[in-house]
Amino acid sequence: MNSSLILRTGTRALVPVFLLVAILVLLRGHNEPGGGFIGGLLAAICVALYEKAFGVDEARRWLRLPPMTIAGIGLAAALLGGLWGVVEHGMFLTGVWPLYEYGPDGWTGWPVGSVLLFDTGVFLVVVGVVAAILFALEEAGIPEDRPEDGEEHS
Amino acid sequence: MTDPTSYKAGLWRFVPATVQAILFGFFCTYLAPVSGGQIFDYVYPWVPALGIEAAFRVDALSLLFALLITGIGAICFLYAASYFEADRRLKRLLTLMSLFAAAMLGLVLADDAITLFVAWEMTTLTSFLLVGFDHQKERARYSAQQALLITGIGGLALMAGLILMGEAAGTYRISEMGDLTNAPMYLVILLFIFIGAFTKSAQFPFHFWLPGAMAAPTPVSAYLHSATMVKAGVYLIARLSPQLGGTDIWIWTLTLVGAATMVVASFWALRQTDLKLMLAWTTLMGLGALMMGLGGGSYYAVGGALTFIVVHAFYKAALFLTVGLLDKGAGTREADQLSGLRRAMPRAFIIAMLAGASMAGLPPFVGFIGKELIYEGALQSPVQGIFAATASLIASALMIAAAGMVAIGPFFGEQKSPKEAPKDPSPLMWVGPGLLAVGGLLLGLFPQGLDALITQMTQTVRGEYGAPEVKLWHGVNTALFLSLLTFALGALFYRYLRAIQGSLIIEERRVPDSDRVYDILLNAMKNTAAWTARTVQDGRMMSYLRVTFITLGLMVWAAIFAGEGQVATLELDIPLFHWVIVAITAACTITILFTGSRLIAIAALGGVGAAIAVIFVLYSAIDVAMTQLLVEILIVAFVAIAFIKLPRAGTGALRIGDAIVASVLGLGVTFGMLAVQGADIALDVTEFFEQASYPEAAGRNVVNVILVDFRALDTLGEVAVVVIAGIAALAALRAGKRIKE
Amino acid sequence: METVLAMLTGLLVAAGAYLMLSGNLVRYILGLALLSNAANLVIFGAGRLTKANPPLIPEGMKEPLEGAANALPQALILTAIVIGFGLFCFALALAYRAYYALGTARMDSMRIAEPREDS
Repeated sequence: MNSSLILRTGTRALVPVFLLVAILVLLRGHNEPGGGFIGGLLAAICVALYEKAFGVDEARRWLRLPPMTIAGIGLAAALLGGLWGVVEHGMFLTGVWPLYEYGPDGWTGWPVGSVLLFDTGVFLVVVGVVAAILFALEEAGIPEDRPEDGEEHS
Repeated sequence: MTDPTSYKAGLWRFVPATVQAILFGFFCTYLAPVSGGQIFDYVYPWVPALGIEAAFRVDALSLLFALLITGIGAICFLYAASYFEADRRLKRLLTLMSLFAAAMLGLVLADDAITLFVAWEMTTLTSFLLVGFDHQKERARYSAQQALLITGIGGLALMAGLILMGEAAGTYRISEMGDLTNAPMYLVILLFIFIGAFTKSAQFPFHFWLPGAMAAPTPVSAYLHSATMVKAGVYLIARLSPQLGGTDIWIWTLTLVGAATMVVASFWALRQTDLKLMLAWTTLMGLGALMMGLGGGSYYAVGGALTFIVVHAFYKAALFLTVGLLDKGAGTREADQLSGLRRAMPRAFIIAMLAGASMAGLPPFVGFIGKELIYEGALQSPVQGIFAATASLIASALMIAAAGMVAIGPFFGEQKSPKEAPKDPSPLMWVGPGLLAVGGLLLGLFPQGLDALITQMTQTVRGEYGAPEVKLWHGVNTALFLSLLTFALGALFYRYLRAIQGSLIIEERRVPDSDRVYDILLNAMKNTAAWTARTVQDGRMMSYLRVTFITLGLMVWAAIFAGEGQVATLELDIPLFHWVIVAITAACTITILFTGSRLIAIAALGGVGAAIAVIFVLYSAIDVAMTQLLVEILIVAFVAIAFIKLPRAGTGALRIGDAIVASVLGLGVTFGMLAVQGADIALDVTEFFEQASYPEAAGRNVVNVILVDFRALDTLGEVAVVVIAGIAALAALRAGKRIKE
Repeated sequence: METVLAMLTGLLVAAGAYLMLSGNLVRYILGLALLSNAANLVIFGAGRLTKANPPLIPEGMKEPLEGAANALPQALILTAIVIGFGLFCFALALAYRAYYALGTARMDSMRIAEPREDS
């Protein structure tokens, strides 16, 4: 790869931190600024950074799953989150909190449930689609003979 | 039709005729109670939200039509089954005809205006398919299209008329509408209903489609275009008489249009040499007579018209089918090439004589009764009596000559025909027309059977009691003298038939006819459409884009002027830092406008996005700001990758026109936003979200709770859209070769 | 700030439309990006601007503080940004594809669907 050593080293150090932040943003999104969209975009930027530093092929290996598969899993997770509501309350997309209780002191317990599953789905969709388009854009060839208005190449 | 000779349809071909016969029997069971004045209503809910019901009503009027449809239907289906028995298209023919029969039954039985309209359109469509049955022939396609356009336009008018009637009356049940002659929209209603009825029943000047429709196979012509469908307009006028009839404009329009159709059609009938076409023109004459009679309004006129419906159905269907017999048996329908066939085709001869006598209105056939009643009705009409009587006289006399053409011409004189050995076709074909012809004689001899039904019908149409007596001998009166005069005139016309034909052929070139007007209009419409398409859709993407933006701009400005809110007071007193951010955004935007370098443009685009993110932060939209910033980073990255593979943007000369369009739109957005800010804001939804967010959805970040809980369905749709956009983008990026070098 | 925001949005719309009308694919894409930013600002402005507090519920409370920013338009814009991003990616891919397949970035020369009648 023709990217600089600094970029590659920096990426290696930064990407894990970034990903951790992205997941934290996803998890705390229900109560603080953040959420699936923002976390997903952060993670997508990680992927972009990795791709810039090591190239498309390396980035694909690093992701393990094909990007559109990730997006598909995300969509399925969001749907499942919705269907969970159907099972529990008979209403699509109604929030279900199996370990979370509302009492006089507010909500107590573990804030996990259908809503988190839904938001994780959103997260995965954003990561998957952005990565897919990014890789495809990088891989798309430059038209060799660019007629008329193709004056310069960079 | 690979090899028509090898094909013979199975026994299934008689099923439709049997079905019609059974239905005929079923409707016969209503005969006694309905003649006694009973009415049967059958109502089923259809579109309850709009007050539309599938409502059906069997009264004397609809019963008579139902009997004609099924009775003549049985005969025509039987006839078709043997007429086309060696033709593979028989299945299609019988299917279409059965569909038509169902639609026609629906039309006459419907009591709900919308049901009636739907059935009406169904008959138009099936008629279109049947006229175009020989779709390989250009003439058939042309005629089918013409029939569809004319009756289709009429159908639209009818719909408008029926809806106006329904709104004026407050109900769509025709029988409950009551008198609408004082409704404010009466004239408009009348115009629409008349257009619908006149196009369907081929009244002048819409008459020309009916002779064209003779491109259909003979059984179809006999069934649709003489006995049933073309009478739908007449039926409509009869059915709506209680609601709309009785006014001067009603009487005069129907009388004038009916009389014009009658006289014009009976002259042109004599000009024809093709016997089927000739019969088509005489059908027009009959329809004109019916319209005129219904317009007359007196009980003789209406009763006469209703009797004539029966009369006409009997003799005209019989004659059409006889012409089919001649076509099959002797090889042509051209009057010039047929003569002296009475020995070779005795059955066709007898049928033609019986039906022809009824058509000529000779006693003791039912045609005589019909004609007498029409004269009587014309004479009794208050104002237009003389006029109607004269028109009837001319038309009836010409009708006698026409009857001679089909009943005498082909059968007397020296034997001549294209076929070497002309003979009657199989009994299956002549038994139907034979029944109709004999029926015409029997009804003439024993008209009592008809009397009660006609009385009830006349009452239904006129809405009051009183009906003519249907009988053969009405005594010595003016009508009888008119009849005698008719016979004399008719004999004279037949004697000089050749001379009349000759002069009509010369006249034909000079008289402007509506068929030509139709062609001119149709061509003008096609040319206009082509011109519009060429002008509006010039194939240049920029034109479309410009139209889009201009429309958008106009809509924004229209909304501003239509809105009630006033423009908020200008308020420019904001902190310096905010001004800086706004200035950076504006500067970056302007940079993009004028730079020729892709790199600078990308950087400026990033600048705009980042500055807007700061604006979001300044005004308490943390989540939005984060999203905006992250998306902006990705956009810049993507654009940078993509633009390397695209040519340089270039700036080009200043385009004044586009600048104006863009400025108008931009100013519109500015003023629109100011107007929105000047208006009141509804915050109840926001307040609900704020109050419910924590206790009900367990989240402290209201924006996120809206996204993943309250409005999660929107978000689900959105992520689905993102996935689809991703798939589409992948497809575009990975697609194969160049389309064009 | 509302007034200034309205003016800024108008500028963005005008610049976006002008760029999209230029007939060059690259400038069209730049214009599209500006226009979608402007659309978000329109929604933002319609929901009123508030400097006081973001729409967050502080610990120990059940509702946001009095005068918190309007959460509804924010949720709408957040969605709009991401959808706009998806659309933008698609437009970018399409532009690339059109240029690659047709050999031109001039939009008026792209006439596969409606070819010139004389050719």
